[in-house]
Amino acid sequence: MEFFNNHTRLFRTAFLFFAGLTLLVAILPAINNQQNNQPLPSAEPVTEEAMKGKLVFISNGCVACHTQQVRNVDMDKVWGSRPSIAADYAGIKRTDTWRNTATLMGTERTGSDLTDIGNRQPSSDWNLVHLFNPRIVVKESIMPAYPWLFTIQKETTAKDVVVNVPKEYLNGKEGKVVATEEARYLLAYLQSLKQAKLPDGSPTPDFLYKRKQAASGGNTQAPDGNLLYTANCQSCHQANGEGLPGAFPSLKGSPVVNGNNLQLYVDIIMNGYDARPEFGVMPAVGTNAGLSAAEVTAIINHERNSWGNKAEKVTEADVKKLLDFVKLKTAK
Amino acid sequence: MKNRIPRQQKYGMVIGLIFGPLSLLAQHTGIMEATQVPRSGVMLVLVLLLMSVFTAALFLACKVWSMLDKSRKETEDDNFQELSRYLANMDSVQIGKLLTITGSQPTKNTAGNGNTKTVLLFVSVVIGSLLPSASLFAQSGANQKGLLSETGIIITITLILIPILAAIGLMIVKLSRMLQNQRKQQDLEKAERLAAYLSTLPAEEVNTVLQARKKALDFTLNHTELSGQQAPADEKGLISNINTRDILPFVAPKQKAVKRPHIDPALAKLILWYFGSAAFWLLFGTSIGEYLGIKFVAPDADHISWLSFGRLRPVHTNAVFWGWASLGMLGLGYYIVPMVSNTALASIKKGWQALHLVNAAVILGTLSLMAGINNGGGEYREYTWPVMLLFGLALILTLINFWQTISKRQMKEIYISNWYIVSALMFALTITVVAYVPSWQNGLGETIIQGYYMHQGVGMWFMLFTLGIVYYMLPQQLNKPIYSYSLGILAFWTQILFYTLIGTHHFVFSSIPWWLQTVAIVGSVGMVIPVVAGTTNFIMTFRGAWHKIAGSYTLPFFLVGIIFYCTGSLQGTAEAFRSTNLLWHFTDFTVAHSHLTMYGIICFFLWAGMYAVIPRLTGKEAPQVTVGAHFWLALIGLLFYTIPLMIGSTLRGQMWIEGKPFIETVVHMAPYWLWRAIGGSLMWLSHIFFVYNFYRMVSTRETIDVKEVALEKLQQKIIA
Repeated sequence: MEFFNNHTRLFRTAFLFFAGLTLLVAILPAINNQQNNQPLPSAEPVTEEAMKGKLVFISNGCVACHTQQVRNVDMDKVWGSRPSIAADYAGIKRTDTWRNTATLMGTERTGSDLTDIGNRQPSSDWNLVHLFNPRIVVKESIMPAYPWLFTIQKETTAKDVVVNVPKEYLNGKEGKVVATEEARYLLAYLQSLKQAKLPDGSPTPDFLYKRKQAASGGNTQAPDGNLLYTANCQSCHQANGEGLPGAFPSLKGSPVVNGNNLQLYVDIIMNGYDARPEFGVMPAVGTNAGLSAAEVTAIINHERNSWGNKAEKVTEADVKKLLDFVKLKTAK
Repeated sequence: MKNRIPRQQKYGMVIGLIFGPLSLLAQHTGIMEATQVPRSGVMLVLVLLLMSVFTAALFLACKVWSMLDKSRKETEDDNFQELSRYLANMDSVQIGKLLTITGSQPTKNTAGNGNTKTVLLFVSVVIGSLLPSASLFAQSGANQKGLLSETGIIITITLILIPILAAIGLMIVKLSRMLQNQRKQQDLEKAERLAAYLSTLPAEEVNTVLQARKKALDFTLNHTELSGQQAPADEKGLISNINTRDILPFVAPKQKAVKRPHIDPALAKLILWYFGSAAFWLLFGTSIGEYLGIKFVAPDADHISWLSFGRLRPVHTNAVFWGWASLGMLGLGYYIVPMVSNTALASIKKGWQALHLVNAAVILGTLSLMAGINNGGGEYREYTWPVMLLFGLALILTLINFWQTISKRQMKEIYISNWYIVSALMFALTITVVAYVPSWQNGLGETIIQGYYMHQGVGMWFMLFTLGIVYYMLPQQLNKPIYSYSLGILAFWTQILFYTLIGTHHFVFSSIPWWLQTVAIVGSVGMVIPVVAGTTNFIMTFRGAWHKIAGSYTLPFFLVGIIFYCTGSLQGTAEAFRSTNLLWHFTDFTVAHSHLTMYGIICFFLWAGMYAVIPRLTGKEAPQVTVGAHFWLALIGLLFYTIPLMIGSTLRGQMWIEGKPFIETVVHMAPYWLWRAIGGSLMWLSHIFFVYNFYRMVSTRETIDVKEVALEKLQQKIIA
């Protein structure tokens, strides 16, 4: 055929074919998305500090392991209260002349998803210690350490943000670990990562592929307190329940855990705690994770009967009552 | 033939035995939640065990049937006929012996066949008891599904089956030994009968006949009937390069490359520099990759910002993409395009410029990534635009160069390699422009473009170009035309049609439009067409030339490339579905897949091409041992790298679905990451061999041609 022997026509056809398809599946949908989506009105504007922190995040290639997208599948529920939608990314524009837009959605989840990390783990202390060396707080972590975001100083002033790092992680260096500007920016960025609330009345997209409960005989299994503890509490209070001195309090022998003030206990789990200046602020873990009464009960009973703690078990009914009460309190 | 089981019935039994337990398994997995992979793994082992029991039983049954047949025949056959057949088949020496024997005493036939019968009885009892028990087991299994899916029970059954299996194995050995003895016994008896028969024959008559027969048998040729008495001579000069030394072949002897008549030395130099740069980037890029693999196992290996994981990962991917694979492809392109156009390259100068631009881009890109300057979050789009601009310019120069070369081609047709190669250049330029122009990159626009870019980069640049290389190099190495030219054309157009659509399958379940995700999934399924067409074409080109693999060191590389082209690409289709995305997305399965394809397909094809081309340019070949070491280390390393990673990440996906704490899934991956590092080390080692081979193929180290030097010396003598 003549067509196949004429290189101009042949190559031009191939090119137009490809370019046409490119227009249809890439360029036009991209333009369409860019024009028809606006950031949610409830989304907090990004502070200058957080923006600078995002640049630190980008330049260190954190996106290689951390996604920022809650997919609309049930298994992603742990990363956010709702699936991510186009509007969540609509406000992200080109970084600068040299660098492209960074939605940082990522394609690998070697580490955890960060879409809602500002809600899930807002603690400054935890984040800074974790950045200095993740293995201080999460023994099994394989995340790189970022000591170059910190300096080690003999003298510190009141302005310095001192990070409480155990001695064995200082490699024999003497002094206090102080977060640099970059570390503080990065922290600000991480704390700014929060899922914005959808406007009232707009339908929340569904999580698909719901997990079927093991429906053997109809009785739902009681949640595993140990697993829930690992997923929600362990990164601060540690696997041995002893916390981290100067940052996270020990649960071993704790009066709250072993005591009888169940209301305070439930309140702390659901809404966080900031009553003791020598420790970091505890976020509203229970509310953020949407823990049910059964799950809170499981966690409480696990904590009351581990690491040498021996206290009476609580019942789901008690916790449920208190949960409603605590929720009411915070609503006010 | 009376007591023989009819053939259909026999097959029916076999099929029932094999598929019975399988269907049982199918029922179970259907009922079990998808979350029970380890348990179904145990089930699989169990089924395999059962199947081997049945196979053993079947083997025994077959043996017995053949025994029955044989013994029946022996008793029924007419003794006389058989014995005279023995006589007719005697060779010269035996006849000689017979002739010297004058007379002997006949012996009596004693042994009976009772032994066989008892054995048969025993075997049939065993089988009889085995078959019902197996079917009984299957029945009880079907009735008590809940029980059988209990891991403890499965383990127990497995444990019970192990000694049974061992016993059956032992029995097979014993039985076959018994059968052998039986056969020996029978043969001895036959020999006695024969001796008796021979002694009864009338001596004189037979002797004359036998002597005539012996004479006939003793006849031999004098071995010069065809060749005549003259010494052999190769008057036409057809035979050359004879291996005269007979040594043990420690390495399989492979064919030497054929010297091509003429390749412009300037072009040869250019191509070699492309290959040399590529080899450097391969070694560099995979050293980085190796170090990254180690960091999964030892995250505190260093605390230097320039070497931190997030910064090095794109250094690795970009160096092997734009440095190694792209330069390797372009180098082969510079060989192939003029060759199939039957003309000289339009401009060697442009070729050098393109080479310098690519090298500059990778050097600058590497340094800036390590310094923390990158383009944003997009994979393979980490180089900033000024760096990528250099790469783009190199592509433009190459495209112009190839286009001009093709336009002054010395034949009417454009060989299909050039379709693929020129298109790959045009498409790579297109995607680079689309990926770096900022007008459509805000918000999710960036993500849509990212999906498009990262996958077109792989499929429209690397895959398309490499296919162009294979369409030339494979037929050339097999010394036969491509199986179907038109199948190649079909693959070309369908590749463009379907591949362009599939980019966004990297963002299934994300917030990009649902319809776009669906289009990507449909496109991924469509990719079956070009992949199957391509694979068929390559495999069928091998048809009738499979034996050549044994004698070639390039063809094994091609074969591995083709196998991974088929399996790796189809795996990509499988990964695109929504259901598989649930399991595999975000896990290291993607990493395993990209190595199966980029390494298994692209790298192996590139090595094949280089090992074929470089000796034609330099006249030197790499030592076979080190080529072999390269091949096997790369292949085994790749399997060690990918298989554990696929298993581990499948289980990790399961754990995510089950809602296990995230850190538990990190701990779970540790052994699989270790295996990945081990596999990666083997791959890296193979690259050292490759670089050494490259050095040996191009080193200016002079090889002395003894004949040439001797002639020169003689000439000098004459002059003197």
